[in-house]
Amino acid sequence: MRTIQAKDIIEAVASMCIKANTELPDDVRAKFEQAMAEEDSPSAKEVLRQLLENADLAAETKLPLCQDTGLAVFFVEIGEDVVVEGGNLKEIINEGVRRGYGDGFLRKSSCDPFTRANTGDNTPAIIHFDIVPGDRLKISYMAKGGGAENMSRVTMLAPAQGWEGIKKYVINRVAEAGPNPCPPTIIGIGIGGTFDHAARISKKALLRRLDDTHPDPQIAAMEKELEEDINQLGIGPMGLGGKTTVLGVKMAVEPCHLASLPLAVNVQCHSQRHEEVEL
Amino acid sequence: MAEYELKTPLKDEDLAKLKAGDVVKLTGHIYTARDAAHKRLVDLLDKGEKLPFELQGAVVYYVGPSPAPPGRPIGSAGPTTSYRMDTYAPRLHGLGLKASVGKGKRNEEVRQALKDHTAVYFGATGGAGALLSKCITKAEVIAFDDLGPEAIRELTVENFPLLVINDSHGGELYVQPDRKAAGIE
Repeated sequence: MRTIQAKDIIEAVASMCIKANTELPDDVRAKFEQAMAEEDSPSAKEVLRQLLENADLAAETKLPLCQDTGLAVFFVEIGEDVVVEGGNLKEIINEGVRRGYGDGFLRKSSCDPFTRANTGDNTPAIIHFDIVPGDRLKISYMAKGGGAENMSRVTMLAPAQGWEGIKKYVINRVAEAGPNPCPPTIIGIGIGGTFDHAARISKKALLRRLDDTHPDPQIAAMEKELEEDINQLGIGPMGLGGKTTVLGVKMAVEPCHLASLPLAVNVQCHSQRHEEVEL
Repeated sequence: MAEYELKTPLKDEDLAKLKAGDVVKLTGHIYTARDAAHKRLVDLLDKGEKLPFELQGAVVYYVGPSPAPPGRPIGSAGPTTSYRMDTYAPRLHGLGLKASVGKGKRNEEVRQALKDHTAVYFGATGGAGALLSKCITKAEVIAFDDLGPEAIRELTVENFPLLVINDSHGGELYVQPDRKAAGIE
């Protein structure tokens, strides 16, 4: 067994929250630069120019890239041979969020659904645990803003609808969302599992790098096909028109019930803010 | 596409000339309000009470800024999605609100209110909150402090960069998605 101290986890989580919200990931920056070169429209170029300037300024000043520093979402893989000392892992992660959002001057966006009263420290975090072989603890963090999350959907298609039905639903969702979720967006797609599981894997898919390729060549081809079709919508950066409506499409596919074809579309804004740490 | 420099409070003649796609650099005082603050504003109106700021000629910015770090007037301060305020906006325009600032589409009722009351809807770049905060020189909470990021703040802005999305003549800048090209029509 390997022991990991609570204080080390708290510190790692707090610094991930701050770093993800102030430093634009290099894969996203590369996509912005590529889109700048490919766009013909002056308004599309101007939006991308502002986003790059914003990223430079955020890195320099440590101001968050976006005021909506999101709900704190975590995917945690805990090795079977890991012992956490000094507290309960869920509470430890929440303490890390409390510190990170406090020390980093990040916005606290968690509130009661009915009274809308702010919980004050951006907890509770949304945490998905998974148990894996080994003696490592891997924590992935995503700042999930409300604007893009509101444009996300889960639907239960009929098996007969197949890939064509999936494509139609996803493209239509991006079209309906239009300028609202801060395009160019990244689309996480969960296919299979159950109602809840499809949503979970669609979000986890957003943790992938924009420049990666799905290991299954068939799924990789589907991602590419969807990305190209969506970009034909012409919504463009901030909905002002252009070739770049999405920066990437990331799919996760798992077995489902004979009767079902669950589909989740998780929309992520252009500032794909995420970090990961392995302890 | 013209470029204008405007000062608050805004007047009908300032707004009547604006067309979708025009760029405006705004200077003066604007007021932050988003979901919870709008609900409280209309609750005050329902009770016949005074609003915390003068609505005549006012500009409301749909934003919940991140906390101000030491030495800065405000944290990151970009626009939130506007459609959630569509329920409230026509009533406020009827009482003199001249512009709102946000991102994303407005509904038919809001677009009609802009025409009826010579008002406009401005877009600011979503996700550029650090950059936009540079144009804010002062921020002061003037109401609903308990709402935290959603409290109403009076912001002093200098050359705040805005794009006219919906003008007072029915013009709209957002493109319609090309469903046919994307193969879903």
